[in-house]
Amino acid sequence: MSAVHNNLEQLPRSLQLALGLAAVALAVFPFVGSDFYIGLVTRMMIMALFAMSLDVLQGVTGLVSLGHAAYFGIAGYVLAFVSPADSGASLWWSLPLAVGASALAATVIGFLVVRTHGIYFIMVTMAFAQMVFFAFFDNKALGGSDGLYINLKPTVLMGSLELLNLDNKRSLYYAVFACMLVVYAFLRRLLQSPFGRTLSGIRMNEHRMRAMGYYTLGYKLAAFTLAGALAGVAGYLWGVQTGYINPELMGFHSSAHAIMMVILGGMGNFAGAIVGAFAFELFLHWFKDITKHWQLLMGTLMVLVVIFAPRGLLGLVDKLTAQTKPGQRHD
Amino acid sequence: MSLASFLIQLLNSVQYGLLLFMLAAGLTLIFGIMGVVNLAHGSFYMLGAYLAWWLSTLTGSLTLAIVLGVVLSVLFGLALERLLFRHFYQRSHLDQVLLTFGLIYIFEETRSILWGDDVHGVTIPEALSASIALTDNLSYPVYRLFMSGLCIALALALYLLISKTKLGMKIRAGAFNQDMAESLGVNVKLIQMIVFALGVALAAIAGMIASPIASVYPNMGSSVLIMCFVVVVIGGIGSVRGALVAALLVGLVDTFGKVLFPSVASMLVYVLMALVLLFKPEGLFKQ
Repeated sequence: MSAVHNNLEQLPRSLQLALGLAAVALAVFPFVGSDFYIGLVTRMMIMALFAMSLDVLQGVTGLVSLGHAAYFGIAGYVLAFVSPADSGASLWWSLPLAVGASALAATVIGFLVVRTHGIYFIMVTMAFAQMVFFAFFDNKALGGSDGLYINLKPTVLMGSLELLNLDNKRSLYYAVFACMLVVYAFLRRLLQSPFGRTLSGIRMNEHRMRAMGYYTLGYKLAAFTLAGALAGVAGYLWGVQTGYINPELMGFHSSAHAIMMVILGGMGNFAGAIVGAFAFELFLHWFKDITKHWQLLMGTLMVLVVIFAPRGLLGLVDKLTAQTKPGQRHD
Repeated sequence: MSLASFLIQLLNSVQYGLLLFMLAAGLTLIFGIMGVVNLAHGSFYMLGAYLAWWLSTLTGSLTLAIVLGVVLSVLFGLALERLLFRHFYQRSHLDQVLLTFGLIYIFEETRSILWGDDVHGVTIPEALSASIALTDNLSYPVYRLFMSGLCIALALALYLLISKTKLGMKIRAGAFNQDMAESLGVNVKLIQMIVFALGVALAAIAGMIASPIASVYPNMGSSVLIMCFVVVVIGGIGSVRGALVAALLVGLVDTFGKVLFPSVASMLVYVLMALVLLFKPEGLFKQ
């Protein structure tokens, strides 16, 4: 059983086709969907960005971060800080600033956490995220427990020409859709690059990578920073869509939800993270519709996924389609 | 800060530290022996507190409630280990994280369905409800001293159990080399069940004795869980002695931080953790 196959790094043809069709469906959805559903799918795509950023650590490098939501939240907060009360901030500098802040936080915290292994890494990422959470929660100047509002959406101007009106739900939808596709293409390319191969090597056997002369701490820190920056992109877009940011978003439940998304879809190939984020948000939406005790259903779903489908939905599909071809050996 | 108020803060920090130790000891033992990450450990603390409230309103006695509560939580721990956790010792940490996070949701909602979402108070038994006057207007409640005393007694009992009894020897053997212990005739599966139930019971006891001063409320397990993680990271995973030292240290930093630097108090503990990580990445008492 090779780890490459286990992660479905090379997606089977049938899955590639299904994902391509899903992308086309997403592209035409705003023409048929109502405003409510356009908003919901936009939110799903933002969470897909967030899940992909975590997959860099969880699926590719083999690092289980239980504090990834901190970097998501920081970027959203930066957008809230730089947005004037009576006008929108320019996207051209607010986006890089917000993503930069997330990347900086990830570098500083990453410097400390990449030295730890296994369960320590889990506990320490969670504890530092909690520290960030309290920094915002306890300080009135940073919004306190109520959070901050982003009154007006960022502007996208070229000279005096408006390129994109983010107030329009369809424009925002397509902007987020484009972001998701660009990040997906970038990460798929990265996976095959020497850098991506090194990260995969660290997941499979860090000692061996070090023995081969790779400075694994540096690679892990780079992965942590990249993941933090991409989570920042998602957090920024979240702030744009909802116009509101609060400490809860950086809490340990948000981080655990992201872990669930990546596992639910299937780790290490980014397509799984997208599928998982969509499926998770759908389940969440559905469970909250059924009962106010939705956590009972979500908790049960998580336990069932771990027991019966630890390779996620893509892994499940792969297994089922593989079984229909007799004579082919499959793990 | 006057001497009397310093003394009060010191006693409070020791009491908080000892309470954290009760939780962290179970967490660190369960990880050290079974290698399982348990995010749901804070839920056992909540379970203890709710049992104390529920049983004391039913029976009218906190002491009786605690005795019954310990029996129930041990049974709960044994069942949980046998039915679920046992099958996850060999799985990846990632699977364990997701499993136990799912359990947090299940436990929280079950609590909400059974006992509702209200905040409850638990009355201190009459015999312990007095206060000791330190100055004219400062006094220290006897119940808090009793809590600290009980925690110290339990810590001592835990130490004796692990280092002086035959069962303790088997636990240590199981932690050191499971296969070897098994081939020498130790029933490792039984030992694991006992250790897990012990951890659940310690956390539940912490919740029960804390219930009169901390009150009983939804999600009370989460914040305490994260503090336990910090304690375990500082102390070194698997080390009960490390957990004790780290818990007292965290208690001191947190309590005095809140008095001396209120605006950054909740971050100080994490700064302490960062410093320990920088100089001793595997904790103060690595096994």
